[in-house]
Amino acid sequence: MAQLRFRNLTLGYERHPAVHHLDGAVEPGALVAVMGPNGAGKSTLFKGIVGALKPLAGSIERDGLDARDIAYLPQVTEIDRSFPINVYDIVAMGLWRRKGAFGGIGGKDHQAIEAAIAAVGLTGFEPRPIGTLSGGQVQRMLFARLLLQDARVIVLDEPFTAIDAKTSADLLDLVQRWHRERRTVLAALHDIELVRANFPQALLLAREPVAWGATAEVLTAENLAKARHMCEAFDEYAEACAVAAE
Amino acid sequence: MFYAIFIAPFAEFEFMRRALVGTFALALGAPPVGVFLMLRRMSLIGDAMAHAILPGAAIGFLIAGLSLFAMAGGGMIAGFLIAVGAGLIARATPLKEDASLAAFFLVALALGVTIVSVKGSNVDLMHFLFGSVLAVDDPALLLIVSITSASLVILALIWRPLVLECVDPGFLRSVSRAGGPAHIAFLALVVMNLVGGFQALGTLLAVGVMILPAVIARFWARDISAMIGAAVISAAISGYAGLVISYHANLPSGPTIILVAGVLYGLSVLLGPVGGLLWLALPQRHLEA
Repeated sequence: MAQLRFRNLTLGYERHPAVHHLDGAVEPGALVAVMGPNGAGKSTLFKGIVGALKPLAGSIERDGLDARDIAYLPQVTEIDRSFPINVYDIVAMGLWRRKGAFGGIGGKDHQAIEAAIAAVGLTGFEPRPIGTLSGGQVQRMLFARLLLQDARVIVLDEPFTAIDAKTSADLLDLVQRWHRERRTVLAALHDIELVRANFPQALLLAREPVAWGATAEVLTAENLAKARHMCEAFDEYAEACAVAAE
Repeated sequence: MFYAIFIAPFAEFEFMRRALVGTFALALGAPPVGVFLMLRRMSLIGDAMAHAILPGAAIGFLIAGLSLFAMAGGGMIAGFLIAVGAGLIARATPLKEDASLAAFFLVALALGVTIVSVKGSNVDLMHFLFGSVLAVDDPALLLIVSITSASLVILALIWRPLVLECVDPGFLRSVSRAGGPAHIAFLALVVMNLVGGFQALGTLLAVGVMILPAVIARFWARDISAMIGAAVISAAISGYAGLVISYHANLPSGPTIILVAGVLYGLSVLLGPVGGLLWLALPQRHLEA
């Protein structure tokens, strides 16, 4: 049974497709890089996976998982960094699915929170207001929260964009750790070398799926050139799509 | 001397004691709500909502005269209707929520003043607009205290989703559906506390005891819990000092309470340890690391 299965999936905005007729499955424990130019539909696909966007056509199956059980790091977080809250409390929110609005946070939970903060190298930053963190430190904090979410499926939208090499390497170690723990990880990325070195599978999107499979076979010069040419602006006067819905 | 100034007014006069209990109760309930309004950049929304209460209270007055519960009930209903109505129109049309609320509250204010003037006298109108904290009687006091108690309990219940809804709404949406209900409960808290404040301070000043302490607290604390503590303390100080000053100087007490809060605000802007102007002006050498 696949962890995620897309059946003739079309996602988009105001009837314009941003991901067009995607078919395929993500096996449990897979580590998949989602590649493609800006506007190729990577973020849209992720929003579909976590249930933030309803499909225009087709469907997503999650192997019995509730969409809210999927840990999701959006490309642009909506965090209000002027809000007077500290690093510890933000990381602790990773326990939400288990604790909800009322659950108490006990000794074991405090240990888990500390461990997550230590794993991203932010020990000592617990009482710091989030407004005082640098961009890389914010990303580390969000990874600590992802760690605590303890999700079977983790979706990362451009986690290393505008992040320095040291931080990227540290956070990539966490991604590898999730992979070893047999969690399913999808990450949208632009760094081809990084993907070749670390991600066994890749999905190349350019609104239409270009290629999906073993990374070496997907990221060929031919496929990448194809992806670059396929992305176009929405056509305001486009006809209804002729491909029959299943 | 000390006794005569600070304690005697309350020892001698029952209406002063009632006013003090009322202001302390308001100081406990409204400022925490104000802190969230401020942090969500909704400070002026509180003001608009306060005006929105007026026509409801006025209709209560029209039907039942100066009946406490008719006016409070009318105020609550009008407040909810306008908060929800403005939200719906903002979602259904290109109008943004603040613009839609502005349209609603201006109409509400005009309607309220008209209704009160038709039925009552100028004295009634002054009571509606500015309240009369010294005229707070037992039922009104009970109402204020009940509102404060309910408000604190509700705030405790929705605390976690409310904080998360403010700081990272996207994350809350991705793990839970509690955001929407928490937001509505929060609007209910705003309306409730304004109705409580309305009894003592009137529609125009009720929001003062909500927002001013919150804004003051911003200069004294870096953490949301500490901020709420600072807001409650500054509201209580304003209430007490305002009553004492208004008693001795023979000033209207509601406005005096808000003016004291205004003075605290000025001091905080200058001297507050978190971002006060004085600390910016002082030449301080930068640190080693």
